[in-house]
Amino acid sequence: MADVVLECSNLRKEYGDLVAVDGVGFTIEEGETYGLLGPNGAGKTTTISMIAGLLDNDGGTAIVSGNEITTKSTTAKAVLGLVPQDLAIYPDLTARENLRFFGKLYGIDGSLDERVDEILAIIELSDRADDQTNEYSGGMKRRLNIGLGLLHKPDLLILDEPTVGVDPQSRNAILESVERLGSEGMAVLYTTHYMEEAERLCDRVGIIDEGTVVAEGTRRELVALVGERDRLHLELSGDAAAVADAVSAISDVESCSSAGSELEVVALNASRALPDVVLCVNDAGLDVHSVQVSEPDLESVFLHLTGKALRE
Amino acid sequence: MTGAAFTIAGKDLKERFRDRSAIMLAVVVPLGLAFILNLTLGPVTEQSFSTDVAVHDADGGAVAAGFGNMLADVEAAGFASMTDADTEAEARMLVDDHSVSTAYLLQEGLSVAVAANEEAKIVVVADPDQPIGAQVGRAIADGFASEVNAARLSVATALALGADDPEGLTEAALEVESPISLADAQTEGRGYDFTTFYATGIAVFFMFFTVQFGVLSIIDERENGTMPRLLVAPISRQSILVGKLLAAFLVGIASTVVLWLSTTFLMGAEWGASLIVVVLIVAGVAAAMGLTAAIATFAKTGEQAGAITAFVVVVFGMLGGTFFPVSRVSGAFSAISKATPHFWLMEGFRRSSAGEGVVNILPALGAILAFAIVLGSIGLVRSRDLVKHQ
Repeated sequence: MADVVLECSNLRKEYGDLVAVDGVGFTIEEGETYGLLGPNGAGKTTTISMIAGLLDNDGGTAIVSGNEITTKSTTAKAVLGLVPQDLAIYPDLTARENLRFFGKLYGIDGSLDERVDEILAIIELSDRADDQTNEYSGGMKRRLNIGLGLLHKPDLLILDEPTVGVDPQSRNAILESVERLGSEGMAVLYTTHYMEEAERLCDRVGIIDEGTVVAEGTRRELVALVGERDRLHLELSGDAAAVADAVSAISDVESCSSAGSELEVVALNASRALPDVVLCVNDAGLDVHSVQVSEPDLESVFLHLTGKALRE
Repeated sequence: MTGAAFTIAGKDLKERFRDRSAIMLAVVVPLGLAFILNLTLGPVTEQSFSTDVAVHDADGGAVAAGFGNMLADVEAAGFASMTDADTEAEARMLVDDHSVSTAYLLQEGLSVAVAANEEAKIVVVADPDQPIGAQVGRAIADGFASEVNAARLSVATALALGADDPEGLTEAALEVESPISLADAQTEGRGYDFTTFYATGIAVFFMFFTVQFGVLSIIDERENGTMPRLLVAPISRQSILVGKLLAAFLVGIASTVVLWLSTTFLMGAEWGASLIVVVLIVAGVAAAMGLTAAIATFAKTGEQAGAITAFVVVVFGMLGGTFFPVSRVSGAFSAISKATPHFWLMEGFRRSSAGEGVVNILPALGAILAFAIVLGSIGLVRSRDLVKHQ
C-alpha cells in the first residue's frame, strides 16, 4: 500500500457567521491524483489554502508527509508545492530568474542551476529561459507557473484550477503534465470546476459543496453511489418491441423499453453490453441504424447530490 | 530568516533596477531638477545686487560733491556702478538704451538753492525696463535728499543761533559722515547657499518618493498574485517583510548618496562633514520609510497607495521647507513645519552645511530618529498585516 502523503480531517474555516469550510477530510496517497470538484464558492480554494499553509484553520488538521501544516510550519511547507489559480510569476524577471529565486527560498543550493535547467526542459521553456516573462504568451506563463510549483520536488503538489482562462492547446499541455506527475509518484491535489478535467486526471474525486465534501470516491463509485446507469439508445430498421424482451435478458442489461423503431437500454456497463445488444437485434432480423451511448458523468452525479449544476 | 530576507531583497533590487521609471524617480529627475534650478535661479540669488547709474553734474557745488561722495560709497560697497555723463542728453541716452537703470541730473544752482533754503531738485531719470535697479536708484536719491534736508535743518538752526557763513555751514554739514552705512554680508552662520539648499531640498523631497516602494512592493506582490507563492515557501513571514524593507532602505540610501555626491562634485553644493551627512541620510531614509509605510498601508490597492503617499509627501515637502526655506518662519506655520520629518532633515543639513558640529546637529537628528521610530513602528505593524493571505 502506498504511503499517505496528505491526511486532512475535519478542516473548518469561518469568516464571521459564514462557515466557508465545514468538516472537510480526505487523504491522498503517493502517486495519486485527487480532484476536489465543486462550483465556484464551494470552498475548494479555502480548503487548499489551509492545506497549503496560507490560512490558519479554525478546526481540524492537515498533515503533509507526517508534518502538521499551519501558516508558520516551514517543515511541512518544504514538502508541498502550490500552483495558484492566478499567475504567480515576476514579469520583470526571466523564467530562469523566477525559478532561481524560488529555488533559493526553498533552500536548493548546490544543485539549483541543474534543477532549474531540468524544470525549464519539462515546461518546454529552455529556449526562452532568459527572456523576461512579460514577453511570454499566456500559455508560456501558465507553464512557468506550474514549473515553479514543481521546482523543489514536493511530495504533494496542489494545483488550484490551473486551466482557468487557458486556451485549449495550453490546457491540454497542462493536463498532460499533471498526468505525468501522477505517474511519476507525486501526490497531486487538483481543484477544478471542469468535470471533464476531473474525469480525465483524477484517481479519486471529492465533491465539495457549501464547504462540505458531500461524496468521495472513484468516478465509477460515485456514479454507483447515486444509482446512475449507462444508457444505450438504438434506432432500428423495424419494430423495436420485437427484440425488447431478448435484450432485457442480456446479463449486463438492467432494463429495456421500446417505442416504434427506437430501443432504450439501461445497462450496468454500456460498453460491455453493446456488442451483445447489437447481436441480439441482428438475430431478430433487424438492422441497427444508429447507436447513442450515454454514460453518467460527474456532472450528473453532482447534479444528483447537490441539486445544482457544477458551473452555477 | 537572514538568507531568505537577503534573497527577497536581492530580487526586489533586481526588479527595481530593471524598472527605468524607478531609476528616473530616484536619481535622474532629482539630479536634473537640481541642475536646472542651479542653472536658472542660481546666478540671480548667488550674486550681490548691483545697478548701473549715470550722473550729470551741472551744479559743481558742495551739494553735488556730497552726492558724488555718497555714490562713490555706494559703488565701493558694490551696489552700484557709476558713470559720469557730460550732458543731460547723454545721461538720458544712457537710460534710453538701458546702459544704466538710473540717471541723476544735478542741475545748475542746486548747491546755491540748498544753501539759500530755496526749492532744490535732483532729477531722477529711471529705466522702466530695469524696475529693481530704478527702485534702488530712487532710494539712493531719496536717502541723499533726507541727508540734505537734515543738513539744511542743521544750517538753519546754526544761522538762527547767530552763525554767519551759510555756504560753509552747508559744506560742513554735508561732510559729516552718516552714522549708518550699507554693507553686503551673509547672515552669520547661515551657511546655506542656494545650490546647497536646492541640492539637499530636492534630495530630501525625492527620498520620500524613493523609499515608498518598500511597502508598495508588498502590495504589488498581492496584486500580482505572487504573495501566496511567497507565503507557502518554507520561510517566515518576517523574512518577507524584512527583505522588502531592506531593499527599499538600500535604494533610499543609494539614491540619496548619489544625489549628495553628484551635487557636491558637479554643482559645488556643500552638504557638510561626510559622517554627519551619512548619519542624517540613514536616519532620514528610516523616517521616510516609516512615514510612507504608515500611510501606504491604509490603501487597498497599489494605485491608491501611490496616490495617497504622493499627496502627503508633496504637502509635507512644502511644509517642511524642501522647496523654500522655512527655518526662520514663526507662528503656526513654524509649528506645522516642525511636525514634518522634512523640516528636521532640512534643519540638520542646514547646520551640517554651515559646518556646525555633531552637538548642534543632535536636536534635528533626535527629531528625525523620533519620526523614524514612531512612524516606523506604525508602518511595521501595519505592513505585517499585508504579509498574509487575503
